[in-house]
Amino acid sequence: MLDTNQNNIQKRIRGRVLLNNVLKVLFFTSTTVGLIFLALLLYRVLTQGIGYLNGNFISNFPAPYPEEAGIFAGLIGSIMLIGIVAPVAIVIGVGTAIFLEEYAYKNRWTKFIQVNIQNLAGVPSIVYGLLGLTFFVYMLRFGYTLIAGGLTMALLVLPVIVVAAQEAIRSVPADIKEASYGMGASKWQTIRRVVLPAALPGILTGTILALSRAIGETAPLIIVGAATAIYTIPDSLLSKYTVMPIQIFNWTGRPQEEWQFVAAAGIIVLLIVLLLMNAIAVFIRNKF
Amino acid sequence: MQTITKNNQSAERPLGTGVKGTSVIKSEGTMEQNVFEINDLNLWYGNDQALYGIDMKVPQNKVTAIIGPSGCGKSTYLKTLNRMVEMVPTVKTSGSIKYKGEDIFSNKYGVEDLRTKVGMVFQKPNPFPKSIYDNVAYGPRVHGVKKKAVLDQVVEKSLKDAAIWDEVKDRLNENAFGLSGGQQQRICIARALAIEPDVILMDEPTSALDPISTLKVEELVQELKKKYSIIIVTHNMQQAARISDKTAFFLNGELIEFDDTDKLFSNPSDKRTEDYISGRFG
Repeated sequence: MLDTNQNNIQKRIRGRVLLNNVLKVLFFTSTTVGLIFLALLLYRVLTQGIGYLNGNFISNFPAPYPEEAGIFAGLIGSIMLIGIVAPVAIVIGVGTAIFLEEYAYKNRWTKFIQVNIQNLAGVPSIVYGLLGLTFFVYMLRFGYTLIAGGLTMALLVLPVIVVAAQEAIRSVPADIKEASYGMGASKWQTIRRVVLPAALPGILTGTILALSRAIGETAPLIIVGAATAIYTIPDSLLSKYTVMPIQIFNWTGRPQEEWQFVAAAGIIVLLIVLLLMNAIAVFIRNKF
Repeated sequence: MQTITKNNQSAERPLGTGVKGTSVIKSEGTMEQNVFEINDLNLWYGNDQALYGIDMKVPQNKVTAIIGPSGCGKSTYLKTLNRMVEMVPTVKTSGSIKYKGEDIFSNKYGVEDLRTKVGMVFQKPNPFPKSIYDNVAYGPRVHGVKKKAVLDQVVEKSLKDAAIWDEVKDRLNENAFGLSGGQQQRICIARALAIEPDVILMDEPTSALDPISTLKVEELVQELKKKYSIIIVTHNMQQAARISDKTAFFLNGELIEFDDTDKLFSNPSDKRTEDYISGRFG
C-alpha cells in the first residue's frame, strides 16, 4: 500500500533528488581524477621532451650523446613488428572467431574454449614472453630476431582480437543471415557477403586497439631478446631489432638527466603513433 | 456464425492451364499437380513436440494459406518446407516431405538447392544493408551470375514483378534501409523472385505493414500465383479469405482442417475450425 501522505511523499522525493546530486558530484570527481593525471602526464612529457623532438631525433640511431640520439631504429622496428603482428593475428583471430560463431556446435567444449580464450586475454604479457622464448627463440631456433618478437606479440594480442571479432560477428542481425540462407546461399557465401561486411567495423576497431597494445608492450620483447641499442634497421625477418618502448626504457635507465628528456621525446613519438592508430579506428567505425 | 466471403478476383482457376513444373498424370487421366506432398510430419524442438503427424498436399500455382492461433506451429511448419527450421540446432523431424516427388531430407537434395527452388519472404522486412540493386542482385550473384547486363535484366524484371519498379527505378543505388517498411517488404519479395524459385513461402509478410502496404502486397500475391506457388502464413483470417485458394487450419501443432478456402470459411467440417474462424478463441 502506497503512503499517500503529502508530507511523506515530499520528503522521499527530496531524499531521492539529494542522493542523485551527491552521486553526480562523485562521478564527476572520478572523471576529473583520471583527466588530471592524463594532463599531468602530457604536461611532463611535452615540456621535457619537446626540446629534443626534431627531425634528427626521428632519423638518428642511438648515440652516446643525448643531443645526437634518435629513435629511428625503434620507430622502424615497431612498424615492422606491427607488420608481422597484424596479418598473423588478424588471419588467425578472425578465422577463430568465424569458426566459433558460425561453424562450431554450441556445446560444453566450445564453451570451455570460449572461457579459456577470455582468460588468455588476461594473462600477463610477460608469460607470453616466456612462451615466445621457449617456442620461437629456442625450439624453432629463430633466435633473438624480428620474426620471433613479431610472432610472440601476435600470440599476445590474438585473444583480444578473437573476442572483439566474435562480438562483432555476434551482433550481425540474425534476420539478414536468414535472408541469405533463404536464397540458397551456402554458409561461407553468407559469411563472406553478409556477416563479414556487417561485422567489419567492429572487427577492425577491436583489431586496431589490440595492435595499439602491441606497439606499447615492452616486457615480452625484452624476454625474447629485442636489442637495446642497435645501429641498423632490420633488413630481414631474421634481423636483430628494437622497438620504441624498449628504446625509451633503455634511456630512462641512464643516470644523466638529459636522457630523461630524450626518453620523453621518445614517448611523444610513441603517443603520436598510438593516436594515429586510434584515429584510424575511429575513422573506420564512422565510415561504415 | 460469421462467414467471410472471398474476393472474386481470387476465384479458383482451372487446374493445369499454362502452368509450369512437373505434373503427374494419373491413370484416370486427371491432372494432379502438387508442389509439396507432406506425409506424417512430426517435429521436435529438443524434447518439445511442435508438429504432430501433418499430412498435406500443396497444390501448384495456388495460394495456400496457413492460419491458426499464436504458437500453433504454423511458422515452424512453413520453415520446415525449405528446411530453414534447421537453423535451430535442436530440431528433429520425422516423416517425409516431397518436393515435386523428391524427398527434401535425402542427402542428394542439398538445402542450398532446395532453397533456390523454394524461396522465402520473412515476417519483418529484412533487406541487406546494401543498395536496392545489390539486394535484388544478391541471389543471382550467389548462384554465380557475374555479367552486369544479365544482372541488370534480372533486377529490373524482379522489381517489376514485385510491383515496385516505378517507385525505385531512379534510385537503385540508394540503401534499401531508406525505403518505407512496405517498400522494403516488396524489395524482399523482388529479392526472392530474382532467383526464379517455383514456390514462395511467406511468413506473415504483412504483419509489420500498414493497411495500404498490406493491400499492395496482397494484390501482388494475386499476380504472383500465375507464375509461382505460394504458401502464406497469416495471422489475419480476412487476409487468408481474400487471397488464398486453399486454407489450412493449425491448432496445437496439428493440422485440423485443410480445404478450399471457400469451403473452410463457409462450411468448416471441424468444430474447432468453426470456433476459431468465428472468433470464439484465438
